[in-house]
Amino acid sequence: MKKTPLYEEHIKLGAKMVEFAGFSMPVQYKGVIEEHLTVRTKVGIFDVSHMGEFRLKGNQAFDFVQYLTCNDVSKLSQKQVQYSAFTTERGTVVDDLLVYKVADDEYLLVVNAANIEKDFKHLEKFVDRFDVDLINESDITAQMAIQGPFAEKTMEKLFGEIVKGIKFYWFDYVEYKGEKCLLSRTGYTGEDGFEIYCRPELASSMWNDILDAGKEYEIEPCGLGARDTLRLEARMNLYGNDMDETTTVLEAGLGWICKLDKGDFLGRDALLKQKEEGLKKKLYGFEMVDRGIPRHGYPVFKDGKEIGVVTSGSFAPYLKKNIGLAYLPVELAKAGNEIEIGIRKKMAKAITVKTPFYKREKK
Amino acid sequence: MYPKDYRYTEDHEWIKVEGNIGTVGITDYAQKQLGDIVYVELPEVDDEFEKGEEVATVESVKAASPVMIPVSGKVVEINEDLEDSPELVNQDPHGKGWFFKVELSDPSELDDLMTAEQYEEYIKSEGE
Repeated sequence: MKKTPLYEEHIKLGAKMVEFAGFSMPVQYKGVIEEHLTVRTKVGIFDVSHMGEFRLKGNQAFDFVQYLTCNDVSKLSQKQVQYSAFTTERGTVVDDLLVYKVADDEYLLVVNAANIEKDFKHLEKFVDRFDVDLINESDITAQMAIQGPFAEKTMEKLFGEIVKGIKFYWFDYVEYKGEKCLLSRTGYTGEDGFEIYCRPELASSMWNDILDAGKEYEIEPCGLGARDTLRLEARMNLYGNDMDETTTVLEAGLGWICKLDKGDFLGRDALLKQKEEGLKKKLYGFEMVDRGIPRHGYPVFKDGKEIGVVTSGSFAPYLKKNIGLAYLPVELAKAGNEIEIGIRKKMAKAITVKTPFYKREKK
Repeated sequence: MYPKDYRYTEDHEWIKVEGNIGTVGITDYAQKQLGDIVYVELPEVDDEFEKGEEVATVESVKAASPVMIPVSGKVVEINEDLEDSPELVNQDPHGKGWFFKVELSDPSELDDLMTAEQYEEYIKSEGE
């Protein structure tokens, strides 16, 4: 099993470690609920060094990313970040990712840990058609996420004024121990926050310096458990649960990152056709009315007939409700429809609701 | 830590027997492994179970886990406090966090269960 550069820190902090995507990762330190609430009300730090990083350099770096992702890369300015997806020829999802525009001829792609090898092979199939170099930097990059209402103050203490100037989904460079590190205002929690990338050798001291800087805001280390409940409350899809190569970007509710008018890209024809013919199923949110917690894989019923499946479900620690996402027939994929979730031997009532379940108040 | 007058299963349930009635819950080791408990699905009063059958479900934030009944018998009472306060299982697993009471149909089944000492040895060997 792989270890991140922060493995020893997790052990020192008494984290409960689990295997995730081939890595030994902290699932929780003190408890999922406490960590979840810390991020919603204070600030938390996550080790996300398991994530993959690919760098693309070359005259056709733009054309390459524009062809292999469904969002419109031409809309990106230097130092801007974009949420996007790699699509198959059928318009289904190879992976979701962040695209960082480093320069006109250089992009950084941040992908899911579980998909690093698959994504790299997928991109390699196309790399010869473009004047571009594709480099897998996953093993030489550590990543941490600092998330919550006091994330900005915490990072400002460590890196200075520059932090405040970074807007949502933009990045800049900060100096740490004489080295340039990429700091973006991004995250997977639904809160304000940052993600920082550095060399593995710097990770431990940076982790501890951030914990020190955040002490006065009661910062806590947070594990994968809270990361999952936070992203679900904010209705961010989890690859492998909520979408994969059997679901299209449109079915996964990611129409907003699917720019069919941007010009040709892999999967565009299939997606145009699907949009024209109309979707049959769509990923939609629901909230439990009866007692019971929905889980990945549970069947969904309407009037006693099985009509879909739960892809993500959990107790939502901040909302104190049981919530989930499910693929539903498109006619039911709007707010206010009564459905039933098959929880073990029982049928439990639920109601479809608009997402995100949780939305932070803008300052 | 583990009360001497309780008996324990390999699936980390405990049972305390008084007369013909056993009170059942999950062990401190089990609640620590599960983390924050947010829901407990209990059987209904008068439901009958065979020893080792799935009798309840305990859910942490992350997952649902089955609870097996340590002995055969009929459920005579359930802990209704768990409905609104499932965290009692974390806070007091061997006391206020009990799940249900069962009327034993074959008290000799208790002989198959572990004593507190045996259970403590058992969880050590499980790698805690």
